[in-house]
Parts: sequence; structure tokens; C-alpha cells
Amino acid sequence: MTAPQDELPLRPRDRSRNRARRRARGRVTVVGVCGELFITAGILVLLFLGWQLWWNDAILAKGQSSAAADQNAQWAIKTSPEPSTAPSTASPAPNAPATPAEPVVDTKTYDNAEVFAIMYVPRFGAGTQRNIAQGYGMDVLNSFKMGVGHYPSTQMPGAVGNFAVAAHRSAYGGGMHLIDQFQVGDPIYIETKDGWFTYRFRNLEYVTPTATDVLDAIPRVSTKATTDRLITLTTCNPLYSTAERIAAYGTYESFRPGAGNPPPEIAADVAKWGK
Amino acid sequence: MYGALWRILPGPWWIRAVLVLILVLAVAYALFTWVYPWVDSIINPLSVTVPE
Repeated sequence: MTAPQDELPLRPRDRSRNRARRRARGRVTVVGVCGELFITAGILVLLFLGWQLWWNDAILAKGQSSAAADQNAQWAIKTSPEPSTAPSTASPAPNAPATPAEPVVDTKTYDNAEVFAIMYVPRFGAGTQRNIAQGYGMDVLNSFKMGVGHYPSTQMPGAVGNFAVAAHRSAYGGGMHLIDQFQVGDPIYIETKDGWFTYRFRNLEYVTPTATDVLDAIPRVSTKATTDRLITLTTCNPLYSTAERIAAYGTYESFRPGAGNPPPEIAADVAKWGK
Repeated sequence: MYGALWRILPGPWWIRAVLVLILVLAVAYALFTWVYPWVDSIINPLSVTVPE
């Protein structure tokens, strides 16, 4: 089939040569089809990488942070009467040094993929809050509503010992994408239905994937908890690879009762969640 | 293959170009919506599961 095109009048010899060339170009050959299939396959694989690392990553990140915002709103509504009455009774001495609240440690046993906390690390950026669910399987880490998984063998938030969680470094919402940006003293906030735990980043360790002793009660030292309350964030390293792991350790600083009562320094951030 | 597709499409070159663009976008949409999530659920190359 030749295209009806406006062409300059050609001399007969030119015209026949042109027709021959067009016929040669239009011929479907095995080699030609194979080549085109290979090129197509290459494009499909590249497109898949684009989908996985950016498109799906962005969709999951959005879903996970808005699910965490919803969870926070739920807990905040339930606990709001308490903080609203507490400040009014405590108002006579607003500058008095508050006695540090005893952390309320959740003793309930949670099922796999059940959400029991929210993680918020300001260093990772505003709006990077994530639900923490029990278990570190792909049903938790690759989910639209969770993204951070708690190692069930480790302690709960605020408990003496090690509260260890895992998240993806890249893709699937990348809950710990910026883990290498941590600076000593950076806060790590963990919200539960009972209130807000503040941990401070201490140090970072690059380990092999089999180094499960980073999850120990005293990481890399002892499985027996003594007095320290620690948090361990684990994720993959380097970016876009699973060759190594990063473990980021933090130490417990304080507990603030009431999920609707976030620490003042992040209250403005938290108010913007889900908006 | 693609040459044959180009010849099958009707109209002048720019109509064909628009049609090709529509086809490419439709294929990309199908891939992103159904095919890639399914492939991902099978291969999952970025798992962080701890060998325990």
C-alpha cells in the first residue's frame, strides 16, 4: 500500500527505483520483527523501573502518609478531652518544670499487619508520617496504608529494650529514603493511642543483611534489656539496592500523654497532616 | 511490525502520529494500572525481609 502523497513529478527511472525502495522498506522480515520485539522488551523493562521507582513510589507514599494522618486523627479525637482539660488545670504554673511522664507501654499483642503506632521523623520531611504495623512482611511494607513494620520479636514503643522497625529505602513509599541524612540528636517521634514518644537519633551503622543482632535489646551487644529504651530503624542500603542494611539507633527522651497532644515543636506539622 | 502498523493507520502523517500517540498512552496506562502491579507482586526485587 503506497501513501497518497503529493510528490514532485519524477523521471520514470527515479520513480521505479523509488517504488522498489519503498517495497524493500515495507517488507516484514523475521530479523526485523525480532529486532522490534527486543527493542519493545527493553522499553517495557525501563518503563517498569520508572513505574516502580517513581510512579508507584509516589502513589504509595501519598497513600501511606494520608493513612497515618487518618490514624492520628482517630486517636486524637478519642483522647482530645484529656489534653483540653489538662492544660487548664495546669495553667497556673506554665513555666514550672514538668515532671517527666512515665511512658505508657502498650502490652497488647497485635496481629500481623495491625497498626499500633505512627512514626514521624521531621528530618525525612513534612508529611512523611507513616503507620507502623506489626510484622515486616511485604504485606506491611508494600501496603498503601502502612509502610513501616515492627519486628514482633522486639519491644514496643517506650519499653525498656529495643523498639525496632523496618521500612523500604527506595520505592514502595520509601519510608526511610533519607535515613542517611540523620544528624545526631534528630528527633524520632512515635505516636501510639496513648501518647507521643520522643527518641533522639544517636548513630548509624552499615551492616550486612544477616546482622540481625541490630535488633537485640542492646543492639549488637546483648539480648537482655537493662535500663535503656532504644529505637532502631532498619532499611536497605545503598539506594535502589538490597546489598546492605542501615541500622539507625535512637535513645528514648520523653513521653507525652495523649495522642491528640503532640509535642509543641511539631504540633503545627501534625495539624497539617492529611490536608 | 511497527512499519506495518504505520501503514495500516489511515489519514495523513499527522493524523497517524496522533493515533500512534493515543495508542502508546493507552498501552502505558494499561501497563501502569494492571500489568506492572501484577508483575511486581511476583518478582518483588526490593524486599527488605531479614533472613532469620
